[in-house]
Amino acid sequence: MRHISVTCEQREAMLRAVGCESVEELFADIPRDARFDRELAIEGGLAEMELVAHVRGLAGANTPAGGMVSFAGAGCYDHYVPAIVDHVLRKPEFFTAYTPYQPEVSQGTLQAMYEYQSMMALLTGMDVSNASLYDGATALVEAAMMAVRITRRRQVVCAGTVHPEWQSTLLTYAAAGNFDVAFVPSRGGAVAFDSEDVTSVLREGATAALLVSSPNVLGNVEDVQRAASLAHETGALLVVAANPLLLAVMASPGDQGADIVVGEGQPLGNAMSFGGPGFGFFACREEYLRHVPGRLVGRTVDMDGNPAFVLTLSTREQHIRREKATSNICSNQALCALAAAVYLSAVGRDGLAATARACIAKAHYLREALLATGRFRAPWDSAFAHEFGLIYDGDVTAMRDALFAQGFLAGVPLSMLGPLDRTGIDPGVADSIVLFAVTEKRSRAEIDEFAARVAAL
Amino acid sequence: MYPDDLRYDKAHEWVRLEGDVVAIGISHFAQNQLGEVVYVDLPSEGESLSAGDVFGEIESVKSVSELYSPVDGEIVEVNDTLADAPETVNEDPYGKGWMIKVRLSDPAQLDDLLSAVEYEALLSEEA
Repeated sequence: MRHISVTCEQREAMLRAVGCESVEELFADIPRDARFDRELAIEGGLAEMELVAHVRGLAGANTPAGGMVSFAGAGCYDHYVPAIVDHVLRKPEFFTAYTPYQPEVSQGTLQAMYEYQSMMALLTGMDVSNASLYDGATALVEAAMMAVRITRRRQVVCAGTVHPEWQSTLLTYAAAGNFDVAFVPSRGGAVAFDSEDVTSVLREGATAALLVSSPNVLGNVEDVQRAASLAHETGALLVVAANPLLLAVMASPGDQGADIVVGEGQPLGNAMSFGGPGFGFFACREEYLRHVPGRLVGRTVDMDGNPAFVLTLSTREQHIRREKATSNICSNQALCALAAAVYLSAVGRDGLAATARACIAKAHYLREALLATGRFRAPWDSAFAHEFGLIYDGDVTAMRDALFAQGFLAGVPLSMLGPLDRTGIDPGVADSIVLFAVTEKRSRAEIDEFAARVAAL
Repeated sequence: MYPDDLRYDKAHEWVRLEGDVVAIGISHFAQNQLGEVVYVDLPSEGESLSAGDVFGEIESVKSVSELYSPVDGEIVEVNDTLADAPETVNEDPYGKGWMIKVRLSDPAQLDDLLSAVEYEALLSEEA
């Protein structure tokens, strides 16, 4: 992006226009102790060649996950991104435009979003998908708020096995006072839907939504079908947060009774990028179409009868409905969603399923290998997909540091994810649990080598 | 344009007394301002309303407005035909375009609403 700096003459002209003698006078209303009154600690300018060397040096100090043998996940996964994804993303027509303010002249962007929506609807088993949201956490909260609007109730029940950071986001929104949140703890790595844990908080006529993630933050599969019937018995909607890549082989939440399906889209063709940006996906049943937050692309025909794409149902949105909009914080992540659309097109239905199956099979192989080292034991016996937790018999930090030095990212300690008090996991073991995620990138040789290094610790 | 047998409110709803129940809709002026109506979101039967409560939303090709109840009472009937034919509100705002029927808690509230003459005076003021 070009930066055109202001000249002294322009600065004087602007000051005259607002009736100030000096910049100091312009800022007079800002308290002195809130102002930065020193020189920036930046040295003098560098020549381009020096600057490139300097920045390369800084970049070289990083250890990107992609350069390691990574078993780290916990929400952000090291999948292979085919070259075609970047190739399409870097087309200036896609790359430089923020959002189509005059949408109908951006047919290419609209078509790409329409295809993204169509593929996400298929994956989730829902009727409609929006054009993406900010991230997985805010997509979950938007779903909760949508359920509050639809049911005109104000209690949201959230599984304690939803990612703790997503729980925090939910509580941040709840602090505004439009809904209350009750959490359900887990037993044995997943929510026990038939226990009093759930039945005691789900209230007929009061609960707007039950929020469940499957796989949950521990990698375990939740009983979504049971969750759906419990929610529906009380007139609440079921919101399922899913991993879109795993949906290629897992039962679709739509078939299991979900009303809204959300999640973090990063696993689909988006690089880990030090944790973001990714994108949130949001799909639901058609009857809730007019309550959907964010942008929707629709297909229609123009005056000559040719297929054409439009931003549709925009009366839901803030440029028309202002404070009554279905969402007022619904940045879409068009470029990241486009990456997902290109990724899905590139790998195809069978390729996506093969990738998901490889992740799941390799994760099960790693778990057996780690248990066989005798250094880990299982905290629970839940069905899982491509991520699982094990209790380490020793100092977790020392173990990870030692393996890091050998080129391995040895999972993510559960305690790193934030407060675990709502998960229901025994605090005595929570600090010893490490989450391991395995993607299609890991080979059997790497997994065997990793297990051998663990055994040798 | 503004039948004499109806009462009106400043939010451009009309009310027609039918026994101890009132039918509620929006005025000719309101439907004309909105333009082509594409969607009407209405509440469920059995819900209670107080005067001034939002009971639904009406969406046209260019905007969305909330629908306000002019009276207190319980919703006894909802015009389901508007779901499939929202344009009825434009075509017949005082007839087939009615939205909900409410059993009045306090029939005296009708006296606080505007007559057709008063409503037309309001419209010319606003213009």
